[in-house]
Amino acid sequence: MSEEPRFDTVAKAAATPDLPQPYTELGMKDEEYARVREILGRRPTSAELAIYSVMWSEHCSYKSSKVHLRQFGEKAPDTDVLLVGIGENAGVVDVGDGYAVTFKIESHNHPSYVEPHQGAATGVGGIVRDILSMGARPVAVMDSLRFGPADAPDTQRVLPGVVSGISSYGNCLGLPNIGGEVGFDAGYASNPLVNALCVGVLKHENIKLAQASGPGNHVVLFGAATGPDGIGGASVLASASFDEESQAKRPSVQVGDPFLEKLLIECCMELYAKDLVVGIQDLGAAGVSCATTELAAGGTGGMRIELDRVPLRDPRLTPEEILMSESQERMMAIVEPDKLDEFLAVCAKWDILASVIGEVTDVTPEEEARGGRLVMTWRGETIVDLPPRTAADQGPVYHRPIERPADQDALLADDPAALPRPSSDEELRDQVLRVLAAPGICDSSWITDQYDRYVMGNTVLAMPHDSGMIRIAEDTDRGVALATDGNGRYTRLDPYVGTQLAYAEAYRNVAATGARPLAVTNCLNFGSPEDPGVMWQFAEATRGLADACQALGTPVTGGNVSFYNQTGSTAINPTPVIGVLGVIDDVHKRVTSAFSAEGESVVFLLGETRLELGGSAWADVIHGHLGGRPPQIDLDAEAALGRVLIDGAAAELLVSAHDLSDGGLAVALAESCLRGGVGCEVDLGDDAFTALFSESAARAVVSVRPEHETALVDLCAKHGVPVRRLGTVGGSALTMVHRTGRISIEVAELRDAYESTLPALFGNK
Amino acid sequence: MAAPRVGVVTFPGSLDDRDAARAVRIAGAEPVSLWHGDADLKGVDAVVLPGGFSYGDYLRCGAIARFAPIMTEIVPAARSGNLPVLGICNGFQILCESQLLPGALTRNASRHFICRDQLIRVEAADTVWTNGYSPGQELLIPLKSGEGNYVADPETIAELKRDNRVVVRYVDSAPNGSMDNIAGVTNEHRNVVGLMPHPEHAVEALTGPSTDGLGFFTSLLAHLTGSTPVPETAG
Repeated sequence: MSEEPRFDTVAKAAATPDLPQPYTELGMKDEEYARVREILGRRPTSAELAIYSVMWSEHCSYKSSKVHLRQFGEKAPDTDVLLVGIGENAGVVDVGDGYAVTFKIESHNHPSYVEPHQGAATGVGGIVRDILSMGARPVAVMDSLRFGPADAPDTQRVLPGVVSGISSYGNCLGLPNIGGEVGFDAGYASNPLVNALCVGVLKHENIKLAQASGPGNHVVLFGAATGPDGIGGASVLASASFDEESQAKRPSVQVGDPFLEKLLIECCMELYAKDLVVGIQDLGAAGVSCATTELAAGGTGGMRIELDRVPLRDPRLTPEEILMSESQERMMAIVEPDKLDEFLAVCAKWDILASVIGEVTDVTPEEEARGGRLVMTWRGETIVDLPPRTAADQGPVYHRPIERPADQDALLADDPAALPRPSSDEELRDQVLRVLAAPGICDSSWITDQYDRYVMGNTVLAMPHDSGMIRIAEDTDRGVALATDGNGRYTRLDPYVGTQLAYAEAYRNVAATGARPLAVTNCLNFGSPEDPGVMWQFAEATRGLADACQALGTPVTGGNVSFYNQTGSTAINPTPVIGVLGVIDDVHKRVTSAFSAEGESVVFLLGETRLELGGSAWADVIHGHLGGRPPQIDLDAEAALGRVLIDGAAAELLVSAHDLSDGGLAVALAESCLRGGVGCEVDLGDDAFTALFSESAARAVVSVRPEHETALVDLCAKHGVPVRRLGTVGGSALTMVHRTGRISIEVAELRDAYESTLPALFGNK
Repeated sequence: MAAPRVGVVTFPGSLDDRDAARAVRIAGAEPVSLWHGDADLKGVDAVVLPGGFSYGDYLRCGAIARFAPIMTEIVPAARSGNLPVLGICNGFQILCESQLLPGALTRNASRHFICRDQLIRVEAADTVWTNGYSPGQELLIPLKSGEGNYVADPETIAELKRDNRVVVRYVDSAPNGSMDNIAGVTNEHRNVVGLMPHPEHAVEALTGPSTDGLGFFTSLLAHLTGSTPVPETAG
């Protein structure tokens, strides 16, 4: 009889049912622990406790959000474009010609505050592996960023670190960064938002799923060796708010190696091309715990793992640490025995470490009824024996209390219409320049010039245009466009309408380039779900997005929830970031936001302008004000505008198109002038102030050649879109006449205002 | 006669290898993939060392790649003047590390990675890779690098100038701090050229800021086939 093992085993657990266990420290509630005991019919081993604690964490289980996210499925529009829906690593959308696209956005907020460079870098790495695990070649990334005030001392630490992390990781990976957004608000000072999006392209027949099917098939772990990175990161970092002790959490942020990830991509592409994998899963939050339970849950339900066979960077790691490690650049594949040698040879070619760590097993009907059977051994002893579906799919579900915040009515009543308006043309002119120079609106090339937008040779549009656009392959003219948008100020005022406005803006941005919106991803950044006010915001936001997607026929394909974005009891403005993907049949017909300096063109405003200043950039920049109602949402008007933009692009009527959002017409006109390097002269009518700064939705500024004026007006009439001729492109100044006066700003002066802000704050490029 | 065959080397961490192959193809040559681990040039007529982060750029950019088996074939053939070699970005760094070209590329003066459409001026239009351009011609080509700051000792800079071996310069000022605004240099035989900007990203109007970069590849074809180069207006 051998010596009693020093580690916890299933046998020990059965023999010592009353041993106290540190489940509270691992973030588990009493009732969750009790449920684990009930499932297992005994106390969990410490390894099992590790698995349940990470798999049932908010981050992995969506336990607070699940009941709300269900609407995305329940209200899903009738569509045949969705090849793989919510629940897999990323949704897959049919874009025609046998091609499919997979895309997803994910947050890495908390790690990016603790260690901005690595936090942001591994955020990119993680989302890229999600896309890779669907069988797709990742082809582009984007990022949506929110920071504290641009001039705050800590923003000087966080912003350059985040940008360098995205830059170094994404550039080294060889993925073009084609767009995104950046915003600043005091609420994000200790809770920056770093949301990374990746898009991948694949052929329909190459879709891969996280399924461990085929008893006897090998479970292969490949990529980086496992080290003590980010242990407990999933449950500790992502599920607890920051407090005074957060500095002590530094070691739990993972460190990325983009070079290894690049090799992993090429290795996977070759494995897929040679048809060497049955199922595949990336290792992200919760590492081996997540990959094994999810693969098993998605397959036969049975798996046997020898944990000793996981290659380690640090031989002292305990089995619990191996299970929880979030070491980057790892994947897990299910491989048929007769293909193993070839699989290992491909890995060797790319210098990728690969180890068989277990096999897929069959389950008995009894085991199937319990949720399958995952067994793990360590030093020959059984340390895990649990039904994997109970960890992966059957986590706790909470109906958190919901309560509309008490200050919501006062906030809505604080109408910005009462704010002082500019009393002279000179003041109006000054305010145009101030809004244009605001950190969240101005030129962001201090950031985006650090990203490679050219690599892969398929980038058709990148920042600063309304959407990023890529040609999906060299042998086709087909392309996809992507835009992400979110406005925490609107969402704070009305989370239902604000979320729909974010969605509508992304939809408009995609349509403005000539692409037809097809599908949606989302990253929902909120405060603590334990705060009923936050849960009300979350419930309203998800309902808003589900309703909007249903109305405009664009299914939600997946996404991510980030809770606990708060410091103390103060939550961030609720910030759902919505990504919309569109398809364009011929990328040569894409439309940019730049006026044309050559030849004559005529400027039109599409859509209806109302006095809508609630949550506007003007109210924020000029008055530091947040109150009133956000702009009203009219999804039919958005759809109609979208049709004009898409049909106008397809018919090659449009020289330029630019959506109106933050800063209204003032910013849109200035940007179209700046991007074209040319001025324009427009007539603002009776009320120049409202014309310039209102943020009414469903609007765009377009320019057309004089011979196409009638065709544009007819197209607008056909779709019921209000259209107004504003003036003409030309000259060296943005000149705006109105009933009682005239303002003129040289493009050079606009450029100075627009381009100086970030370099002045963060140093020269 | 068959189209010239131009090898494009893939090192672990090469990123712009497909782009370089595309540029070769658009120029009218046949791209041939070469693998870093094989000491085999497959009989190609010329070689492109593409951009990227070979071997993760660990230790120093290009420092590990120079020891790759494929380089044992490329270096002597290039040094003798027989094999045309174009090194772009990381490829330029590898050429410097291999001592096929003088000088070194260090971290940008700003300490940031820079991606931008950059105006460069052709200084030497008599190399294998630039014979289709005219001296003084300005080209708009993407620059994207974190370590593109060209440095060399004063004697080397003087020698490069004296022998007209500065191939291209940044117009106005070097965004990365390069000495003498140097964006690309050549060797004594003028068959090896290193460039920091990326001509392979300026070969299609759809995806590049211009098609100005195609001339590097058509120049090679002209050299190999002895024909007059086609002006770089395609795309």
